[in-house]
Amino acid sequence: MNVLVIAEHNNDEILPATLNAVNAAKQIGTVDLFVIGNDCQDVIDSGNKIEGLNKVLFCNNKVYENPLAENISTLIQSVSKDYTHIFFANTANGKNTAPRLAALLDVMIIPDVIEIIDHNTFKRPIYAGNAIATVRSSDTCKVITVRTTAFEKATFGEKEAAKIEILSSEITNLTKYISSELSKNERPELTAADIVVSGGRGLGSSENFQILEKLADKLGAAMGASRAAVDAGYVPNDWQVGQTGKVVAPDLYIAAGISGAIQHLAGMKDSKVIVAINKDEDAPIFTVSDYGLADDLFKAVPELEKLIK
Amino acid sequence: MKILVPVKRVVDYNVKVRVKNDESGIELDNVKMSMNPFDEIAVEEALRLKEKGIASEVIAISIGVTQVQETIRNALAMGADSGIFVEVNDTLEPLTVAKIIASIAKKENIDLMILGKQAIDDDMNATGQMISALLNWPQATFASKVEITDKTAKVSREVDGGTENIEITLPAIITTDLRLNEPRYASLPNIMKAKKKPINEIKVNDLKIDITQKLEILKVEEPSKREAGIMVKTVEELFDKLQNEAKVI
Repeated sequence: MNVLVIAEHNNDEILPATLNAVNAAKQIGTVDLFVIGNDCQDVIDSGNKIEGLNKVLFCNNKVYENPLAENISTLIQSVSKDYTHIFFANTANGKNTAPRLAALLDVMIIPDVIEIIDHNTFKRPIYAGNAIATVRSSDTCKVITVRTTAFEKATFGEKEAAKIEILSSEITNLTKYISSELSKNERPELTAADIVVSGGRGLGSSENFQILEKLADKLGAAMGASRAAVDAGYVPNDWQVGQTGKVVAPDLYIAAGISGAIQHLAGMKDSKVIVAINKDEDAPIFTVSDYGLADDLFKAVPELEKLIK
Repeated sequence: MKILVPVKRVVDYNVKVRVKNDESGIELDNVKMSMNPFDEIAVEEALRLKEKGIASEVIAISIGVTQVQETIRNALAMGADSGIFVEVNDTLEPLTVAKIIASIAKKENIDLMILGKQAIDDDMNATGQMISALLNWPQATFASKVEITDKTAKVSREVDGGTENIEITLPAIITTDLRLNEPRYASLPNIMKAKKKPINEIKVNDLKIDITQKLEILKVEEPSKREAGIMVKTVEELFDKLQNEAKVI
């Protein structure tokens, strides 16, 4: 079995999601990495030190400055005949490109895989994680996205894999990248953080989120939020944890003022330790928390912050 | 401009789903079914483009058993002009759905297709991207804002870390994210009017598309349950547990 993993990166560095995808791919067979980008030599140079890679394909070309699915999918298609499996991390980019590639190859996408049974058989959550389906693919090339939190990260080593340059492929002029508005913050990335502090509608306002942010900063944690808090406009949409937002599984997840709607639980219930702070002692969040505190978050969160050195 | 909006009939989002005892799937008997919430957002966006005079016609399409016509009627009651019903009794996967919709889009000379980014039943998040690959159209997935002028659409997309803005040339595919709009409710007079709107029936056999599934579902099971832990009385106790028992801070 030969597996190609599509690297997730920002042209400067490999993003952690790639490392989860590589480790998942190792369960299938020989793993190659494909780095597609522009001015991304650092990504290629660090990518080929990921432990256990066979080789690193790369296409370093200005037409791939931004990962437009139309262009990336035809490029991956051009090398696909050498592979039995093509793995993406289930990130916004992965979700955008993988199904397009699958349709080009006339194969069915296998999205959001959480467990690999064998090279044809996989487990994936359906109905927002309220059920787990075991699926078997009969396609000769399987296009897969993996839920990063379900797999450990591959590590970097000393040994360098061979690098092979791939020529750019057909480019569309029908889709143009214009700009990005990325939230700037110093905190770790939500899906990669060891600790996540999340707030819900109970915070009541954008300003009140500062109480949680102080706690997050003391813990070196990422900030998250429930859909209710995002919909209310308290925080940006990329903070949303849940079925339709991000799926996280940190070592510690602190939920403050979050009631625990099914769709939120779907995004965080695989966290190792869950703390819930909510003044409503009947809130469903307490059915999944390891440590629950039925108290006013405006009092409890600052107290907790003070106790942390 | 003609807009095609694919809509899917799914278990209502308020229903707590139950896995069947024989693990063959989800219990669907006597369960409330509704239009996939992301598809409602797609219908709404198409209607707004029509109300702005940008679109001339909004067509809703659904594929499946005879009851999916109710979902098409919902779209008509919201304001879509007509429907297309493709009757299929077998379970279909996104690749097949994409092939069916792509072939109809070509026949109907569709300029823009708006659909939900994912269905809340199988959570595939694939059909839009697949249709656009098959038609070789541009795709703007996870849209939170759409502006159309002549033959181009400026779309803001929700991506990891924020928003990305792209421009696509029509014909094209847009898939909707949650914050694109707030879908309207169908008013009673519009529900009545919708009953008279045409739904064009298409037999899947006439389309000559292979509907065999390539991804077979072997089993559907309950996820592992997370046990509830303990309630602590004070912040001090919580801090102590996190530090000395869980050892996470």
